[in-house]
Amino acid sequence: MKRFIGFVKKEFLHIFRDFRTLIILFGIPTAQILIFGFVVSTDIKDAGVAILDLSKDEISVKLSDKICSSGFFKRTGNLQNYGDIDKVMKSGKAKAVIVFGANFGRDLISTGKSDVSIITDGSEPNVATLITSYASAIITDFNRDLAGLPGTGSILVQPEVRMFYNPELKSHFMFVPGVITLIMILICALMTSVTITREKEFGTMEVLLVSPLKPVQIILGKVTPYFLLSFLNVILILLLSWFVFKLPVKGSLVLLLAESMLYILMSLTLGILISTVSKTMQQAIFISLIGLMLPTILLSGFIFPIENMPKAYDLVSAVLPPRYFIVIIKNIMIKGTGFMYVWKETLILAFMTSVFILLSIRNFKVTLE
Amino acid sequence: MIASAKKVEKTMDRKKVISVKNLVKKFGSFIANDNLNFEVYEGEIFGFLGANGAGKTTALRILSGLSSPTSGEVMVAGYNARRDPEKIKKSIGYMCQKFSLYEDLTSKENIMLYGGIYGMTKSLIKKRTQDLLNRLDFNEYGDRLISDLPLGLRQKLAFSVAVLHEPKIVFLDEPTGGVDPITRRQFWEMIYETANRGITVFVTTHYMDEAEYCDRISIMSEGRIVALDTPAELKKQYAANSVEEVFVKIARPKE
Repeated sequence: MKRFIGFVKKEFLHIFRDFRTLIILFGIPTAQILIFGFVVSTDIKDAGVAILDLSKDEISVKLSDKICSSGFFKRTGNLQNYGDIDKVMKSGKAKAVIVFGANFGRDLISTGKSDVSIITDGSEPNVATLITSYASAIITDFNRDLAGLPGTGSILVQPEVRMFYNPELKSHFMFVPGVITLIMILICALMTSVTITREKEFGTMEVLLVSPLKPVQIILGKVTPYFLLSFLNVILILLLSWFVFKLPVKGSLVLLLAESMLYILMSLTLGILISTVSKTMQQAIFISLIGLMLPTILLSGFIFPIENMPKAYDLVSAVLPPRYFIVIIKNIMIKGTGFMYVWKETLILAFMTSVFILLSIRNFKVTLE
Repeated sequence: MIASAKKVEKTMDRKKVISVKNLVKKFGSFIANDNLNFEVYEGEIFGFLGANGAGKTTALRILSGLSSPTSGEVMVAGYNARRDPEKIKKSIGYMCQKFSLYEDLTSKENIMLYGGIYGMTKSLIKKRTQDLLNRLDFNEYGDRLISDLPLGLRQKLAFSVAVLHEPKIVFLDEPTGGVDPITRRQFWEMIYETANRGITVFVTTHYMDEAEYCDRISIMSEGRIVALDTPAELKKQYAANSVEEVFVKIARPKE
């Protein structure tokens, strides 16, 4: 045991003396969370909108006020004629223009029906789609207010849509669990595979193998520091998402941390497996980054829903561990469900971990011979 | 030379520390070690020579407890290589061809690490560290990172670390590769000193002048030991002026 502790200490020294390792361990996760959370946001906040109100009656003014005070939009101009639309869009000041026709209010009162145009900037299709749906939602809401007023005809039945668990459809509710999933597997697998192949490349592995340390102790000794630091990392990311994005952990924190430990363990064993098949550090980095990052981003359900994938991709996705952890972490963090709802995924992860361990042992023995 | 004078008194009945009988190692149908037989005595410097691919590394791995023989009996430091490889590992030291210290740790940290791995107590490690630094005139380097040391110094330190736990045998796998002649010379002085303390030195090398420094040498070719004796005896036997000539005469693959 004393031998082992000395060995673990040495591994910590390696980590703390290498600036790059520290950056990869702690800098990248922090940066990722902030980047994904802030920059890759799919929410709309204060989008510039210009109003072309040719009617200027009570109702049109009320509706444009309602749109501009919703928090999603910000009024960046009042236009006078149709010719201004192109100008204000091209200048980039407005992402959308709302147009009320000359007889907007009168038509509405006399016929109970009137049209409003929402013109958006199609060069940014995602933003345009979001703006259209947000604006339509506000107008629908306005309709309901109108229907409640006396003297405005029949009451329209409007569907009321509510988003459970993430009522405001905040995108970082989706990104934070995804980033934890992605970062943990990348860092754990990358770091362990690199640190083990480094010993192989430098020839120190040979000396260790000839020493009284057992191979199991060598591997455990190399992996233990990364296990502890990765766990610290999960806590760091959770704190960060709580303080910066106000993202709560709805379910049991203990369960979440326990599941994270399992996932970290799985990633570390995957790293060990990678190290048994790579001869150089470069090879290990290549396999870890290319082999894990792209499939995890594209196929794990992190961004694109698995339900919409063609069958073949779905099958590939089935062997990706992140796919299962993403379900677990979303369930616990956002829906607040307990173990009963994630035991299947947990079991699959545990199974994958054991497979990786067995394969590593087998490969390791072959290399030794 | 001092070495040859010492040799005369050493040839008498001495303790065997390595004894290999009918060692065979096969990988599938390939025979890497074909019926090896030899003995190495306590305090001896034993040179293990052979062209690349002759089977040296395979034999070295078996002797150091890393892999197990297919058949035959191998005893190292009193333990059977098949049954007790773990006990062998505790009684030997090892320094490999590649550089075996950690560059991002200091000299003292490296010594501490290997001392700990070999189960030495902290106070013993501290004492030996001080002795070692004094002996090598190394005190100013104790807290320096290995990456800051010149190659020659690293090599010496690596050797001292390999014998820090006073093993019965130290295996050196091409220890002087890429080192300048002066450092090599100093390195061999360290080897002599170690052998005089009763530690057996088992060394593989490509440098034929180094082979001359050994008490006895064995030459391997195609998985077999084709010659085994003192350098002087081998030169006489093959009517050669140097070990290099002997080596070329016997280790050259037959047409």
